[in-house]
Amino acid sequence: MRTPSKRNTAIELASDMCLALSDQLATYAEGVDAAPADVRAHIDSCLRCQAEMVQYRRLLRGLHTLRTEVLEPAPGTLTGILAHIEHAGERRAVRSLLQGRRGAYLGGIAVAATAAGAAGALVLAGRARRRALNIAS
Amino acid sequence: MTADLAERVAAAKAGDRSAFDDLVRATYADAYTLAYRLVGNEEDARDVVQDAYLRAFRGLKSFRGDAAFSTWLYRITANCASTLIGKRARHRHEVIDDDSPLVDTRPEIDPEARSDAASDRDRIAAALDELPASLRAVVVLRDIYDLPHEAIAAELGISEANAKVRLHRARKSLREKLFPLRGEDHAHAV
Repeated sequence: MRTPSKRNTAIELASDMCLALSDQLATYAEGVDAAPADVRAHIDSCLRCQAEMVQYRRLLRGLHTLRTEVLEPAPGTLTGILAHIEHAGERRAVRSLLQGRRGAYLGGIAVAATAAGAAGALVLAGRARRRALNIAS
Repeated sequence: MTADLAERVAAAKAGDRSAFDDLVRATYADAYTLAYRLVGNEEDARDVVQDAYLRAFRGLKSFRGDAAFSTWLYRITANCASTLIGKRARHRHEVIDDDSPLVDTRPEIDPEARSDAASDRDRIAAALDELPASLRAVVVLRDIYDLPHEAIAAELGISEANAKVRLHRARKSLREKLFPLRGEDHAHAV
């Protein structure tokens, strides 16, 4: 059986390493995470990974430049946004007004019920007192 | 946040409606641009921006001011866009599985086949439009708007790990499509 030459083995190892690194190269190109020493050593010696890093840097640079580009919204967009908020604000105001009135109604009913209860209690207490006086006399 | 914008935010929080309108005027083109990049068409972008400002208006009291108003607004916009993308995906049954091909190989929309004179920027913008919406969202929020992974995950309603996986896949797809290495162009031309 033929054993692979040193050169072939090196290429296969590099190839496996390239595939394993493929997902991480953009992150390293971004510069947020530093590559571990063994990864750096591989990239330093691998033209394919170096080329991929260069292309990722180019892509990230290009994406970053899009940040300064402001698209022109269609006419009426601003008016539409303001009208939408206005409409929602009005709805909220009406709802809060109705809730306020509902609160006033409920409060009025509660006060009336309390007053009626108190009056009833006074009447009952008066009757009881009169009955007690009649019995005593 | 500029001093003027900060003042407008403070006034709007105190209930000054015209201050909020000023904030909208100062930021809506930027918010629209983000919305357009996320959803890929004008009509949806307008809906997303309207929804985002309405949510911002309702939630302004909860804005603590420890981030820029624009960053806060980007997050809301991303969230609104994600909701809309989710609805669209449910209708179209868009599924991202690990084996699905990310590179659109139709020659009529292959950026490589377009004008050679087009700048990287234009080609990148065009390639972004062709990414699946769920991948486009993460790369736009991370690589254009610099939002942290945590914020992206929160606004898109996915885990941080999922956000990172999508980002890798989106970047890889864009890189292979726009700047293929030797051998990759043949692989994707089939």
